[in-house]
Amino acid sequence: MTDIAAPPQGARRFGLSSAEAQARLRRRHAAEARFRAYGIGAIALAAIFLVVLIGDVIVKAMPAFTEYRLTMTVTPTLEQVSSDGTTDPQALRSGDYDAVLRRGLQELFPQVTTRALRRKLNNDLLSSGAAMTLRNRVLADPSAIGQPVTIEALLDDAADLYLKGLMTGRRESVGQGQAQVTLDGEDVVLTSSAPDFARALAEVKESLREEAAADRREAARLTAAAADVAGDQREALQKRIADLEGDAAAAEARAAAADAPERLTADLPSKLVFINGGIVKLTEIGASEARGTVLVPLANTDAVTAGGWDILTLTQPEANRRLDDQVVAWLEDLKQRGMVASHFASRFFTSGDSREPEQAGILGALIGSALTMLVTLVLCLPIGVGAAVYLEEFAPKNRLTDLIEVNINNLAAVPSIVFGLLGLAMFLNFFGLPRSAPLVGGLVLALLVLPTIIIASRAALKSVPPSIREAALGIGASHQQAVFHHVLPLAMPGIMTGTIIGMAHALGETAPLLLIGMVAFIVDVPGSITDAATALPVQIYLWSDLPEPLFQAKTAAAILVLLAFLFIMNGLAILLRRRFERRW
Amino acid sequence: MVSLFFLLIVAVALAAFAFGRSRGRAFVGGGARLHSLPVYHGLFLATLCVLPMLVVLAAWTPVAPRYVEARTLAALPAELAPQTTLEKEGRLREARLVALGQFAGTPDAGTTVAAGAYAGARTEAEVTLLVLGLAGAAAGFVFGRRRLAPDFRARNSFEHVTKVVLIACSGVAILTTVGIVFSVLFETLRFFARYPWYDFLFGLQWSPQTAIRADQVGQSGTFGAVPLFAGTTLIMLIAMMVAGPVGLFAAIYMSEYATPRVRAVAKPVLEVLAGIPTVVFGFFAALTVAPFIKNVGESLGLSVASESALAAGLVMGVMIIPFVSSLSDDVINAVPQSLRDGSYGMGATRSETIKRVVLPAALPGIVSALMLAISRAVGETMIVVMAAGLAGNLTFNPLEAVTTVTVQIKTLLVGDQEFDSAKTLSAFALGFVLFFFTLALNIIALRIVRKYREQYD
Amino acid sequence: MTTMPNIELAKATVAEVADEAATKVVAREVNVYYADKHALHDVSIDIPEKAVTAFIGPSGCGKSTFLRCINRMNDTISICRVSGRIEIDGSDIYDRNLDPVQLRAKVGMVFQKPNPFPKSIYENVAYGPRIHGLTSSKADLDEVVTMSLKRAGLYEEVKDRLASPGTGLSGGQQQRLCIARAIAVNPEVILMDEPCSALDPIATAKIEELIDELRENYTIVIVTHSMQQAARVSQRTAFFHLGKLVEEGPTEQIFTAPQDKRTQDYITGRFG
Repeated sequence: MTDIAAPPQGARRFGLSSAEAQARLRRRHAAEARFRAYGIGAIALAAIFLVVLIGDVIVKAMPAFTEYRLTMTVTPTLEQVSSDGTTDPQALRSGDYDAVLRRGLQELFPQVTTRALRRKLNNDLLSSGAAMTLRNRVLADPSAIGQPVTIEALLDDAADLYLKGLMTGRRESVGQGQAQVTLDGEDVVLTSSAPDFARALAEVKESLREEAAADRREAARLTAAAADVAGDQREALQKRIADLEGDAAAAEARAAAADAPERLTADLPSKLVFINGGIVKLTEIGASEARGTVLVPLANTDAVTAGGWDILTLTQPEANRRLDDQVVAWLEDLKQRGMVASHFASRFFTSGDSREPEQAGILGALIGSALTMLVTLVLCLPIGVGAAVYLEEFAPKNRLTDLIEVNINNLAAVPSIVFGLLGLAMFLNFFGLPRSAPLVGGLVLALLVLPTIIIASRAALKSVPPSIREAALGIGASHQQAVFHHVLPLAMPGIMTGTIIGMAHALGETAPLLLIGMVAFIVDVPGSITDAATALPVQIYLWSDLPEPLFQAKTAAAILVLLAFLFIMNGLAILLRRRFERRW
Repeated sequence: MVSLFFLLIVAVALAAFAFGRSRGRAFVGGGARLHSLPVYHGLFLATLCVLPMLVVLAAWTPVAPRYVEARTLAALPAELAPQTTLEKEGRLREARLVALGQFAGTPDAGTTVAAGAYAGARTEAEVTLLVLGLAGAAAGFVFGRRRLAPDFRARNSFEHVTKVVLIACSGVAILTTVGIVFSVLFETLRFFARYPWYDFLFGLQWSPQTAIRADQVGQSGTFGAVPLFAGTTLIMLIAMMVAGPVGLFAAIYMSEYATPRVRAVAKPVLEVLAGIPTVVFGFFAALTVAPFIKNVGESLGLSVASESALAAGLVMGVMIIPFVSSLSDDVINAVPQSLRDGSYGMGATRSETIKRVVLPAALPGIVSALMLAISRAVGETMIVVMAAGLAGNLTFNPLEAVTTVTVQIKTLLVGDQEFDSAKTLSAFALGFVLFFFTLALNIIALRIVRKYREQYD
Repeated sequence: MTTMPNIELAKATVAEVADEAATKVVAREVNVYYADKHALHDVSIDIPEKAVTAFIGPSGCGKSTFLRCINRMNDTISICRVSGRIEIDGSDIYDRNLDPVQLRAKVGMVFQKPNPFPKSIYENVAYGPRIHGLTSSKADLDEVVTMSLKRAGLYEEVKDRLASPGTGLSGGQQQRLCIARAIAVNPEVILMDEPCSALDPIATAKIEELIDELRENYTIVIVTHSMQQAARVSQRTAFFHLGKLVEEGPTEQIFTAPQDKRTQDYITGRFG
């Protein structure tokens, strides 16, 4: 211990005064603030993602919880609804209810006479589920046959989406001038005292300009892409680019001629004029007058004062949507007549899967999930608790128990799809259990969550103080009596918490169920654990793959239901922990 | 039938329990001094009756369907005997439906005969189950009844049985592992018997489509798995680039900075994120994130596949954030407070303490947390099934579509499949690779964690 | 020993003799609360420069709590609240504008349990100079490390294995490493929180010898359980009991002529 005389040479004295030290300190504090900001940023990122995810699902799900129905009065006759002319339920079940609805629709739109239009009216407006509604109504009360019956008929999904505003953008503008209506053969010619049609024409020209710009962008993108490919592919691309450029040039030329009349083709936004109780679809538009075809007949051809007529623009061109202008006109007409209205879609919760998006529901998947969870719970709770009790209370410390422990830890991290492989090879192919059944799904999921439950149960058992055990042993209880009468009941809240969390995990698990065939399209609600079934997360997966927009909404809605169940289960676990948590 | 058998088990158990207990009580009534409570006599007898029945059921379950199947096929007249697997399965399915009365239409002669045989064989199998089960129960009952006596140590015997049951419960974990290993191993070996393993592991082309007819071109399919490994790696790397830093910083903030109030908000956020099923993330990736990335990319003049690796990877990364953060949180908290005090005591700021003392000390634990996260990312299925592609492109461009091991397993095994084709078997080979890769990662990671824990215990 | 005539005078005299230098740390009416628990009541004390002041008292009496107030280590405990005034060289260390980071560089600390970082011996000592930017070159840093190790009396024992981990040293060596680590940033005050409680008697003797030598350059405050240690190393002693400062004065006076009944009871072993 020498060299104590002076402070170390290298270290300079520092304090609040030195400018250099001050600067350095500022840098250090800036680094500190930055580091802290990264941490906050990380948490914020996770939170924002969560909010966006859930918000996105909720927004997407909303359309699935309502459905539009057409309130119509029909008169089912015996020869229509009964296959053999009696009111025997068997006969009534196979009746032609579509015919009744067809006649009802005919009465709503008596002016529809051509074959093509009638087919459109019959097929595009109502869901095939409407006939089921009528059938159930007649079956419930056969005395209604021959009497007028008012039913709420479910609309087809495209019509439903249009009314929900999801099919196309709508823009309504009230006519500013006095409108004159002239008939010209099949067509109607409209004029206005104000520049209503000039404005409409300008809108059309604007659409043309946008179309041209989009074509040019696409052409530019393809040009860039064409540089990377060779041969036939390149030629095809170049042809496509030339086409696009041509289209763009043509559209630009039309847009440039400001006053030239335009034909409203199917690839331009549609314009419908509501006038004199009828609907006219504009086919040609000029600066002062417009020409169109009648979609819903006009009551008369009187002149209409300003404000008494409207122009409706459907921003999505007819060629790009599943619902054409004629059906839109019918729907608008029915809406004006107050016959279509939005209702809560209880069907979503009470029916099974369907190919028709408007009729599909999650009941089958819910029951399938419930049955699967039942099997899982019945298997994994006793086995998991048994294993935990053995390992924690009875197991000697030897290589075997070591092996079991390592095993459990590793199983907890095995990818879930591997459990699916196990289910497929063992339960289906070796044991010959039925495919697609909740029984097998439950078995696989039980093995999947077993490690979770064992680990949680062991922790719960471990937290019971040894004094309890010793007290029981001290009054002459056997080791097992001490465990089963005293330790296990005290550990039960912890075990239940772990089990609920494990079950919540199992409820959301999808991949292993795909491999054991629970992905089949199943309309019927399963009745037992050996019936073919699907489960809620698998239903979500199946629907998410379908192209119809309404199925997308139903997917999101099914996700909300799944999340609701998970929140309830996790909430229950938290509640249980709070309620029974005990500090020793 | 099986549910009926379960009811029978319950009934037998209750009866045996009641009988044993009443015997025990009778001993007491007779003035004898019992070694064990009457309840234990009942429990002892009930277990002896139930266990043989369960054994019978376990043995019957795999045997019975094979027996029924064999009998059904044997009943077919020789000229109708099925030639191919497909025909055989069709015949069996029809026979089953006819026997159950669910067949729509009129069955042909062969099916009718087979259906009769099917129904007969099924009845035989069911009767066999009942008879064997009851015989087992009776044997157990007779054996146990003879042992019941006042000085019989019923409790000890029952506890002995209980212990065996408990050991069996723990054994399920081992059985599961063995089951997994065997189910992937056998099929993998069969696959390698048809397709050389080195071509599988090192081949650069993946096109598992096998032709329906034997004379079609390329009917054998090519199973070079490198594009799948590359795709899996690409998506995993993207995911880890999100989950690694974000998860780690979240953990650092939670354990070193957060006030109890912030913690009360942030912790549930991470827990909720951890509790969201992967199918939901998949939906979000496929329907929201992928189109968003495509639009952004295209407005920047890039060509983006609609099933880009980027979308799947980003969402998977977010999914793994809570996993990384909770594991890292644990290891960071395991660093002793005295080290932090030492550093603060010298005038270090919090971030200096974290960067220079806490993180280096926690490094092994963090490395193992990241390894577990990688294993999670590699094994994740639903996000990639829904948001990644199917074609085995060998690329590391995150804007292109790639496919992964799990996607291919799912694609090859879902839907109609012939069980014996190379296409189906290749899925098991992929499962084999996946299982052992994740297993190795987990074992190493768990070992590191254990070492690390010991260091500070 | 029960009556002490002329106490005021004696105290003043001793103070004059013990330190010609001024008071280094001044504490006035310091109160500390842990959540709702009032841990320290109105502690006021003057700590002289370049001398060893010992805090003694039974467990849980608040002596460590007070020690941790002097370099604001209590700031790292979120439920802890401090009121009152502590000044070092006349400036309030709880001033809003004062940076605890800078304060702690000036007031070093050695803990109860040796806590070397899981790094090499060299890195352990170099840590402080590095974070505070005290050195401009590698040679500079080497010199600071060597000097500090020499001053802590550890250099001869470890000079051949500076790159091996600090956690591989013996307990006493680890504690001296921690002292070397503390003096490497050239503090003015060193706080020691029962630095020998985890050490064997030989290691303790070495640390005590070291403390005595360090006194020439540093103001040292040491919390100790052992009255013998306090008597051996300190010039002044303060006795804490139940969160209050009972008595404070020159060490020989506290041990030979305590003023307060409680102090007397404690040093004669009636409780503790």
